[in-house]
Amino acid sequence: MDMVNLKVNGISVSVPKGTKIVAAAHEAGVKVPTLCYLKGVNEIASCRICMVEVVGPRGNSLVPACAQPVKEGMEVLTNTPRVLDARRRTLQLILSDHNKKCLSCVRNGKCELQELCHEMNMDDEDHFKGAQHLPPVDDSAVHMDRDNSKCILCRRCVSMCTNIQQIGVIGANNRGFNTQIGCAFERGLGETSCVSCGQCIAVCPTGALYEKSYIDEVLAAIADPKKHVVVQTAPSVRVGLGEEFGYPIGTDVEGKMAAALRRIGFDKVFDTDFGADLTIMEEANEFVERVKTGGVLPMITSCSPGWVKYCEHYYPDQLAHLSTCKSPQQMQGAVTKTYYAKKAGIDPKDIVSVSVMPCTAKKFEIGRDGQEAAGVKDVDYVLTTRELARMIKRVGLDFRSLPDETFDDPIGESTGAAVIFGATGGVMEAALRTAVETLTGETLARPEFHEVRGQEGIKEATYNVAGMEVKVAVASSTGNARKIMDQIRAGTAPWHFVEIMCCPGGCVNGGGQPQVPASIRNFVNVPKLRADALYRNNEAKTIRKSHENPSIKKIYADFLGKPGSETAHHVLHTHYVPREVC
Amino acid sequence: MKTLEELLKLKAEAQAAMAQKTRVLVCCGGCTSSGSLKVTAAFEKEIAAAGLADKVQVVKTGCMGLCSQGPIVVIQPGNIFYSHIDELKVGKIVNEHLMGGKPVKEFLYPETVADPDKILAMAETNFYKKQLCLALRNCGHISPLHIEEYIARDGYEALWRCLNEKKPEEIVQTMIDSGLRGRGGAGFPTGKKWLLAAQQKETPKYVICNADEGDPGAFMDRSVLEGDPHVILEAMTIAGYATGSHHGYIYVRAEYPIAVQRLEIAIDQAHKLGVLGKNIFETGFDFDIELRLGAGAFVCGEGSALMTSIEGNRGEPRQKPPRSAEKGLFQKPSLLNNVETYANIPQIILKGADWFKAIGTEGSTGTKVFAVGGKINNTGLVEVPMGTTLREVVYDICGGIPGGGKFKAAQTGGPSGGCIPADHLDVKMDFDSLKKIGSMMGSGGLIVMDEHTCMVDIAKFFLEFTVDESCGKCVPCRIGTRRMLDILNKITMGQATMEDLDKLEELCSHIQQNSLCGLGQSAPNPVVSTLKYFRDEYIAHIVDKRCPAGVCKKLVRYTIDKTKCKGCTMCARNCPAVAISGSIRQPHEIDQVKCLKCGACMSNCKFGAISKG
Repeated sequence: MDMVNLKVNGISVSVPKGTKIVAAAHEAGVKVPTLCYLKGVNEIASCRICMVEVVGPRGNSLVPACAQPVKEGMEVLTNTPRVLDARRRTLQLILSDHNKKCLSCVRNGKCELQELCHEMNMDDEDHFKGAQHLPPVDDSAVHMDRDNSKCILCRRCVSMCTNIQQIGVIGANNRGFNTQIGCAFERGLGETSCVSCGQCIAVCPTGALYEKSYIDEVLAAIADPKKHVVVQTAPSVRVGLGEEFGYPIGTDVEGKMAAALRRIGFDKVFDTDFGADLTIMEEANEFVERVKTGGVLPMITSCSPGWVKYCEHYYPDQLAHLSTCKSPQQMQGAVTKTYYAKKAGIDPKDIVSVSVMPCTAKKFEIGRDGQEAAGVKDVDYVLTTRELARMIKRVGLDFRSLPDETFDDPIGESTGAAVIFGATGGVMEAALRTAVETLTGETLARPEFHEVRGQEGIKEATYNVAGMEVKVAVASSTGNARKIMDQIRAGTAPWHFVEIMCCPGGCVNGGGQPQVPASIRNFVNVPKLRADALYRNNEAKTIRKSHENPSIKKIYADFLGKPGSETAHHVLHTHYVPREVC
Repeated sequence: MKTLEELLKLKAEAQAAMAQKTRVLVCCGGCTSSGSLKVTAAFEKEIAAAGLADKVQVVKTGCMGLCSQGPIVVIQPGNIFYSHIDELKVGKIVNEHLMGGKPVKEFLYPETVADPDKILAMAETNFYKKQLCLALRNCGHISPLHIEEYIARDGYEALWRCLNEKKPEEIVQTMIDSGLRGRGGAGFPTGKKWLLAAQQKETPKYVICNADEGDPGAFMDRSVLEGDPHVILEAMTIAGYATGSHHGYIYVRAEYPIAVQRLEIAIDQAHKLGVLGKNIFETGFDFDIELRLGAGAFVCGEGSALMTSIEGNRGEPRQKPPRSAEKGLFQKPSLLNNVETYANIPQIILKGADWFKAIGTEGSTGTKVFAVGGKINNTGLVEVPMGTTLREVVYDICGGIPGGGKFKAAQTGGPSGGCIPADHLDVKMDFDSLKKIGSMMGSGGLIVMDEHTCMVDIAKFFLEFTVDESCGKCVPCRIGTRRMLDILNKITMGQATMEDLDKLEELCSHIQQNSLCGLGQSAPNPVVSTLKYFRDEYIAHIVDKRCPAGVCKKLVRYTIDKTKCKGCTMCARNCPAVAISGSIRQPHEIDQVKCLKCGACMSNCKFGAISKG
């Protein structure tokens, strides 16, 4: 690799050719503040906060460190009076058109703009006065709101939606001072083919984008003595939640989370991982059936509601490829209000079923058709990981000093196969563990499928199973899903089984997970750290195959019969609808 | 068509056809807005009625330059120059001039008949005689709808010679040697640009013509496109050959429908003649050109924004590097030149770099077209050698200020440029001299201002334009220019303090240094240069709450001089706000609270008793 030598604030550093100044400075241990820059997502140099001085023969010039590539012999100065003054002015300009109601802002204390003001000792946020925008909040979508009075037009959300997810339902409208991020023709987000992934929220540096919150509703249900309130938590929540309480990225706080939920007042604390094991039972069975009976292949997973919605909007002609299995959240919700309700002797109408998810599309999913196994909604409220953290803080729990507790039976026990559902490739690996044993009738010596692990956007593998070559593919992000789906549509796809997750890196990086500021995200692989924690959780489990879960065996024996049975179909399967692109 | 002989034969035929007939050239550029199409129709009708159809040809030409005299008609031979012609005057011209051989003196441009003994030809008048037309050489002389007329004036010969006699690198070298600099604004050396594009290994490459003329008041590119579209096609094809490209795009504003139509016709004709498209002049070289219409955003004149717009995205500039020569349109190497730049190229090929270099100054070779407007007698297009002084353009060519007014300043470079005060009337109009005094060449807009112009107001006018046209991508331009405008509004309303002036200067320097693209970086220029040369006017607004030019309404006071007022009541009767009181034959008074500052009282006072200040 061609290396380039330069000096940052006099510190010599050698970096690969093409490296941007911001990364070279990081190498030299120098932090250059940024606002619009998000590595690999948004590199448009629009905010001008990262300006640095580059020494030149005809005087020093100010350049954006996020976009300027290094040159041999370059001398960069990141903290001269000129640089600091330029940043301060730019920040003052941003603040002059920013709704500075920070105290009541959802991002108060976690806002990248606020942090920047803090770092730069901003002592005059009203230096420039003048016209200011106070546009109405777009609350038309089921999963999120947009408050453009807090928007700083960094365009991270636009880049994420357009370039990474390749959906592009948001963009810049109008121009100049009147520029606003929104949908085409200034329609509400809810009127578009937005898939509700929430990746825009995940990358927003301020409080302009946030999920529709149901904390109040859930706390009210808990306070209602007539309601039996149960909660389930998705695999990824346990490896994200800790970040909100000062734990390093990739810390598994499963035990403290269960304890916290119990102390908030939930009557039962269940685990979506049980639903994940159930999903594997049904999905592996469906796959084996499709292989045996010449059904539509490749079969594609249906756990990710953002992906399902994407497929409905953009590939409505390919819906037969989707597994009919409900997602783990919905299976968990369905058995809560059928199997558990019956066992506990509670009328399903009196159960309030709450889920905690790393996901905003789950807020959409609970309102879909065909998600009412007991005649009432399988899941009533979805909270994101961020909302759970806010809830824990609101009820006054000292999270870090909580004991480690476990989930409640009879639908709280899970396997290592279930917990890896949160990472890209995890569903595929879990399904393979069960499908391979089903097809071969033999027990796998090592239930690991390393080929489908890792952070690449698209992974492929071929396994020889009982004399048959099984070709699989795994994709995360809808941008990568598009590549897979175009091949399927064209009839050139070689695969039998495909896993697709809507968010880049899978649910660990979902739109409902704690937001990681760009200052960390630009230099750390966040989805990988969280996924690693899931795989460690898997390693620690004695049972790592869904079909070996005793509680799963019991629910089939007591209630469902066998995978794919009529009851299973009624409770655990669903259908899809073609939707338009708009 | 393959050989030079074939091309020259076509040229000779076209020349003969043009010489055979009396030609009535009607300016159908900007003059269409003052009725030149009706004039054309009238000529055609009257000529047919007079039975002259086989002897006289009516030609719709591109812009002739002297727009304030439009519609303009020129009759050849003789270069007889009629101005302000309407359809009612046509009959007489046909009868007396075309039939009787006697020009109708009363309709001729006055200067041409100042000497009762002779009639000056158009080219001999003050407006035209100091001009040197290279980019505009065919405008007003040929029909832009006929490729033969372009060929009659050496058209496509340069392309033939390039394809058959020159290597691509020789052409690039000629461009470098000529010293030609981009006419679109920044003045980047054209040869260097071509060399960079030619050096790129990646293919396909694109050759693009920037015809998104956005400076308010500038219309030289439009004139070339409307008056001489083939020169752009020929030059782009030469550029394609020189840099190894086979695809051209012309990005033209949709607000130029005539230009678009004439380009479409020209492209079609060039295809049919085999000088564009596949296997040009049967040399095996392919080059084709597509039109892309812009939606009229000023920022799309910026190279990277223009390319983004061609790609179908929102027209916004992007951070450089990489340069467009390396990664431009569709992330491929791209060569972008402006219309006026291209218009020079075929002649440079035919006459050589030394010929071109001999025109203009050392650092700025060739000529420049200026669109002159504002408080000036001869508004229109003026093409002069680089280095011609501002005084020559304003006084010798454009006839000075109307009503013998005093020159106060001129704005060059449009909203990105700066003002030049009277002290610098002798500045040479070239890239470097203009830059040295805080202005810029820009695309060649030249707005003349007299003493009735308020320089704060003019800075505000340009800034309003920039604020409106900012793409909204980067913070300094999006918010900073708006904050500048907020301050300028305060100043012109008499609400600003000296602290605001400090903030204004702070913003100027911040936006210049921190904006993403050239448009943002140059947006404060009108304020910077008016502050440099007319700071006292800003201070008068801020400290004295006074607009010296009497333009800023909030600061203007109309007062009645009691010694002069006769009490005629005219002012009171004409005041729409009923702000004037007084008895008949007694001095009147204006209620400043009610006064709308409309000036009706002043214009109705017969005794000069009302003053403004």
